[in-house]
Amino acid sequence: MNGEGSGKYLELLGVSKTFGSFTALRDIKLAVAQGEFVCFLGPSGCGKTTLLRIIAGLETQTVGLVHQAGREISRLPPAQRDYGIVFQSYALFPNLSVFDNVAYGLVNRGIARKTIGTRVAELLKLVGLPDAGAKYPSQLSGGQQQRIALARALATSPGLLLLDEPLSALDALERVRLRQEIRSLQQRLGVTTIMVTHDQEEALSMADRIVVMNQGAIEQIGSALEIYREPASPFVADFVGKVNVLAGTVEAGGLRVGSLLLDCDAAGKPVAGRRLRAYLRPEDIVARPIAAGDSNVIDSRIEKIEFLGSYCLVRVSADGLGQPLTVYLSLNFLSELNLAPGKQLKLRILPERLRLFQA
Amino acid sequence: MVAIAIRQRTDPRDRVGHALLLVVFLVLVAFLAAPLAALLVQAVEDRTGAFVGLDNFIAYMQTPALAQSLWNSVWVAAAVTLATVPAAFVFAYALTRSCMPLKGAFRTVALTPLLAPSLLAAISFIYWFGNQGVLKGAMQALGIAAIYGAPGIIISEIFAVFPHALMILITALALADARLYEAAEALGTRRMRKFFTITLPGAKYGLISAALVTFTLVITDFGIPKVIGGDFNVLATDIFKLVIGQQDFQRGAVVAVFLLAPALLTFAVDRFVQRKQTSMLTARAVPYSPRPSRGFDLAMTLYCLAVALLMLAVFGMAVYASLVKFWPYDLSFGLKSYTYGLVDAEVNSAFFNSLKLALGTATGGTLLVFVGAYLSEKTRGIEWLRPAVHLLALLPMAVPGLVLGLAYIFFFNAPNNPLNGLYHTMTLLVLCTVVHFYTTGHLTAVTALKALDAEFEAVSASLKVPFYRTFWRVTLPICTPALLDISRYFFINAMTTISAVVFLYSPDTKVASIAVLNLDEAGEQGPAAAMAVLIAATSLAACILYLGLGRLVERKTQKWRNLK
Repeated sequence: MNGEGSGKYLELLGVSKTFGSFTALRDIKLAVAQGEFVCFLGPSGCGKTTLLRIIAGLETQTVGLVHQAGREISRLPPAQRDYGIVFQSYALFPNLSVFDNVAYGLVNRGIARKTIGTRVAELLKLVGLPDAGAKYPSQLSGGQQQRIALARALATSPGLLLLDEPLSALDALERVRLRQEIRSLQQRLGVTTIMVTHDQEEALSMADRIVVMNQGAIEQIGSALEIYREPASPFVADFVGKVNVLAGTVEAGGLRVGSLLLDCDAAGKPVAGRRLRAYLRPEDIVARPIAAGDSNVIDSRIEKIEFLGSYCLVRVSADGLGQPLTVYLSLNFLSELNLAPGKQLKLRILPERLRLFQA
Repeated sequence: MVAIAIRQRTDPRDRVGHALLLVVFLVLVAFLAAPLAALLVQAVEDRTGAFVGLDNFIAYMQTPALAQSLWNSVWVAAAVTLATVPAAFVFAYALTRSCMPLKGAFRTVALTPLLAPSLLAAISFIYWFGNQGVLKGAMQALGIAAIYGAPGIIISEIFAVFPHALMILITALALADARLYEAAEALGTRRMRKFFTITLPGAKYGLISAALVTFTLVITDFGIPKVIGGDFNVLATDIFKLVIGQQDFQRGAVVAVFLLAPALLTFAVDRFVQRKQTSMLTARAVPYSPRPSRGFDLAMTLYCLAVALLMLAVFGMAVYASLVKFWPYDLSFGLKSYTYGLVDAEVNSAFFNSLKLALGTATGGTLLVFVGAYLSEKTRGIEWLRPAVHLLALLPMAVPGLVLGLAYIFFFNAPNNPLNGLYHTMTLLVLCTVVHFYTTGHLTAVTALKALDAEFEAVSASLKVPFYRTFWRVTLPICTPALLDISRYFFINAMTTISAVVFLYSPDTKVASIAVLNLDEAGEQGPAAAMAVLIAATSLAACILYLGLGRLVERKTQKWRNLK
């Protein structure tokens, strides 16, 4: 497929989908570059799977156009599009051997048997299961089945790889392992990939760009870091990662929350007197370093420590703030200072990390 | 952007599927919807074809003899229902909730009535209690003067419909969540209380369904009242007399509408109940497995033994009577009844017709049902057609055989119908039987297809493999066990059915079950019993053959299931 080098391998132009009076997707505009790995992230029912299925031609948009590799594919049936797809259920053919599953799309293309054999062996090696050919899907673990489904989808060298929640049926360990495998495989092959997921960790760790969706619309498109550090909306801030929400008003000199006046340098400061919500990640409240003269230093009392491993989620009540805060503190730090519920702790809110949204 | 919704182009290969689905739809329209419409039209027209509204119904109700038949049908069906459902419930309870031995054997024996035409029971009871019956004296001592009439119909129907009620109740009782019983036990609940607070409410829908099915089967059954009914008239025999005897098609149509009513009600309630029943048992339920309890298990064993012995007595009597030389004067054994029936009465041709009908239905019906179910469940496009096909596939369950047969006369015997040439042919008999038993086959196919991953077709399309190739390589092999089930169901029902075909056969296409009826009518009891037994034996042989075929298929196409 051509389209190499163009910034838009796949382009969605104002795609909407309605079911009766229900709007599943509203005016989706998106361009995906050649070789890019894009994640559709959102809660269930946000329309991300519908959007993937529209790209696949398994559903039809009500309005809007889809371009792939310079070709308008809006009205083409699935069989006339160019993609491979992996479903959450794997959808491996249970009565066919792994070899036959992987070869499924190759057989009816008039390719010589020997070539098919070589290609399947190559694909099985690619997904790390070189000896699985003679087995049946039921003899494989979930993760192995998913690798075979991936091999089958890649067998015909499609220009686009679509992954519909491919990891959500797997256990936690297998999921993390396969995440990295899929990502490195994708990078090696350079195949443009779209993955649907509701797991933010998955999206943050795998994607070049993340499309955060909510109620049928795109909330934000950006890299993992952008999405995390600069959420474009309260929804994104809330959905991706943990967040403290502070209700306040803008005054001359800063943001008034409770009896505290916080220093805050969020871009485009809103008008004074406006009621706002400030969004703040737990790691943006630090216990050190705190230098003398630093702004935004608050005294707090530890209320609860939730052990998460090397890090702990610590709930503190801050003097004058009028609401509790959640903070990440390392286990080492906690034990070093011998911190426990009831103890006092000085914390600093990083002014550059406060994100303000209209209340 | 224009406001017109985008429509996807259709892949040329998908058009094959659309065309085939359209064919299935047209078959169902031509052989189900159109005949039924013809029947309904007939019921509101007079002999000249003028619209008369409900006049036919009013005239019917004002004919005392016919109104009496309506009442007879209703109370006999009600009596059979009241007797059968509790009896079958206890039997099903024993099979699902006790630890009695020989469950498989009991179950098999209880299902044997399905192998023969329902009238086999009537013939057998005549041998037991009829004019020359073995136990006539004992019956009269109980105050029943003669078996012919209501007593005979009721007792024969109980035997004939028992397996139908049993199967529904086994399904209902098998769906039990062990956690409820464990919770009850933890609270110190007694057995009786557990039964009334957990078991019975859980089986409520099954009981309703079993009662309605029993009632409908009895009220629409033709064979039993014909054989053992004597002068006791019921709707099913009336319809036959009116149409075949008096050529009074309008009144026949009116009676058909009366028969259609309970069947439609049953159908509607059953659909509702099915939905309730499935929602009751969640995926997290833990299947219940009974624990041994000596007294209870013994009582259940004795009960099932008694029922099984009664069943075998009925079946055995038919076999015995078919083998004696001349009932009741010469009780030595001989094959005279068989040779007479097959050779002198020329039932051999009827028997081969039955085999033809059964084989045609078992192959053609399975093909139509499965292809129809597959295309409507698994392909995309022509969305408007799918609900219509689904509705037409479910409708036959609501149409009694007699009604369907009558509808076929009205539709196919009409001289201006281009399909008129089919009338009296074996092809029409096969199509009628396929349609008659379509629903169960369709539901079996749909269940099997729904068990497959919904994305097989999507994956195939993405790999540019046409749907028919995936159907052939994946769907069909996986579904072969279900296919065999459907085929066996068609075969046995085609062997034993009377109700629809009784209106449609010609001398050349007479089938064995009808021959039994004719022999009985001619007073040839022995040969009638012999032919009924022959039908049952054929059904049994078919069952065994299907079992063997199932094993073979299992080895060929299902080996992936048991790998580890």
